[in-house]
Amino acid sequence: MTAVLSCTNVTKQFGSLKAVEDVTLSIEKGARHALIGPNGAGKSTLFNLVAGTLRPTSGAIMLDGVDVTRRSAAWRSRAGLAKTFQHSSLFLSLPVADNVAMAAQRTSGQGMSLRRPAHRLPGVDDVVAECLAATGLSGRASRPVSDLSHGERRQLEVAVALATRPQLLLLDEPTAGMSAAESGRFAELIESLPGDVTVLIIEHDLEVVFRLAERISVLHLGRLLADDDRESIRQNEQVQRAYLGDARPEDLFHPAAGL
Amino acid sequence: MTSDLGTSSRTDQAARPDTGPARGRAGRAPRLVLAAALLLALVAVPFVVPSDAANLLSRILAFALLAVSLDLLVGVGGMPSLGHAAPFGVGAYVAGITAKELTALAPVQLVAAAVAGAVFSALVGWLIVRVRGTYFLMLTLAVAELARTAADQWDQVTGGSNGLVGIPAIQVVPGGGPLLLAGFRYWYVLAVAALGFGLIVAISRSAFGRSLRGIRDNEDRMASLGYSTFRVKFTAFVLAGAFAGAAGSLWTVQSRFVSPADLGFNVSAMALLAVVIGGRGRLWGAILGAALVIFIRDEVGAQLGGRGPLLLGITFIAVVYLLPRGFAGLRLHRPGRKDPA
Repeated sequence: MTAVLSCTNVTKQFGSLKAVEDVTLSIEKGARHALIGPNGAGKSTLFNLVAGTLRPTSGAIMLDGVDVTRRSAAWRSRAGLAKTFQHSSLFLSLPVADNVAMAAQRTSGQGMSLRRPAHRLPGVDDVVAECLAATGLSGRASRPVSDLSHGERRQLEVAVALATRPQLLLLDEPTAGMSAAESGRFAELIESLPGDVTVLIIEHDLEVVFRLAERISVLHLGRLLADDDRESIRQNEQVQRAYLGDARPEDLFHPAAGL
Repeated sequence: MTSDLGTSSRTDQAARPDTGPARGRAGRAPRLVLAAALLLALVAVPFVVPSDAANLLSRILAFALLAVSLDLLVGVGGMPSLGHAAPFGVGAYVAGITAKELTALAPVQLVAAAVAGAVFSALVGWLIVRVRGTYFLMLTLAVAELARTAADQWDQVTGGSNGLVGIPAIQVVPGGGPLLLAGFRYWYVLAVAALGFGLIVAISRSAFGRSLRGIRDNEDRMASLGYSTFRVKFTAFVLAGAFAGAAGSLWTVQSRFVSPADLGFNVSAMALLAVVIGGRGRLWGAILGAALVIFIRDEVGAQLGGRGPLLLGITFIAVVYLLPRGFAGLRLHRPGRKDPA
């Protein structure tokens, strides 16, 4: 088994705060892996370290056996990594279809093409239509993003990420703000992804977590508390304590650490 | 004249919130017909107006090409330049010097000016596009002021503060006579400007144009999608410089004189004013804005005894308050636009 992603002793320090501390984690190809933990546990920070939008203070990050610790976010994206954002990060003045096409045209190597009108790029519109259909946004293709509801923007985030044809997909709280029906459809969508696509998901909705993930890692106060299969995590007392009670009150007042 | 332009612009943007690549195809035919009608009207102009007016229109067209190239940078790419007169002036000087020293052939001057504008922009853009926001404003301003000072000091080449004089009238084809009549010059300027607009519109609608809009909206997201945002911005900067250089050569065709003031802050500011008045990101709007700016400065201003700049300022304030999205935004607030499609 090859590890698609491996983090070795990764630490990220903001001033005196260790948002992520000495995390060692390995994700196998094709895995459906969830990362859970209370607010401020460092989940999003770890995602940003993996995606390259933040650089670790120490430690190493490897993608497919290649050390990418010093590579840019753009480089990692070209290597097959895609990430959705906890707070939707979209192209607000552009139509929904263009948001997805932005990813599709880059992935097909046409992002700099001056040759023909953008709506006639070979292969791009098919990918756009497919990703919009998969996320239930087909009917909104020509609307500006500013017209979309919060839940629809979350779905568009996923559509944009899928359009890059990722090998490793990082989903940062994808169902936050989605209705129950939307969450259900989202879970189906992830289940329908090809088996060789590796999915790493941060999620608070434990129903979604236990439905999708075979393996679960738990972060607490920046440290890896547990990394095990679904059933063991369900039984794990430490996890229950971190998640359900016994959290120190000051954790509640440092939400920024989770960004 | 102006009302013709107005109609076409409004139809142009009624279809979409942005002159974006995914624009709907419906309503495209009427727009093409309008554009053709407008072009015909512009071609017919020298038959019906005196040569003064043809000269004014030539200046407007040259300046409009500058404004549209700036809109590619500001409106489409989100890079507000305060120094777009620099590649324009470089192009004007290179065209003038080519005309004096090398050939009266206008296409040669045009290509030389466009290349000069592109090379100049590439040299300075290598650094400038790496910064954003206020730093971008300050760097573009500083580079343009340096270029103006250089033009002022470099007597042997530019004629210094006296300007570059004695530029011969252009020839369009080898062996053809020089174009001395305002009407013929105007036709040449119109042809080149129309070609330039067409190319800029094509760039804006291409996949590259879409990437540029993506960077305007959310540069970090573009990077995380795998784009080299530097490459996109640098290419846009160089392309805009090439078209500004071409506009400079058109300016020289008409005025047959170049001075350091052509690279100055005034020209940059007026071009930016034209873009804002026209409505950022809508290339048609910039043409309208350019027409208004040149008309006020050269015609109305002359009759007001040199108070053109004052009137320009008042116009600007009025536009910002009354039409926050410029001319091209006129139809945006139409009732019913937000209805689900």
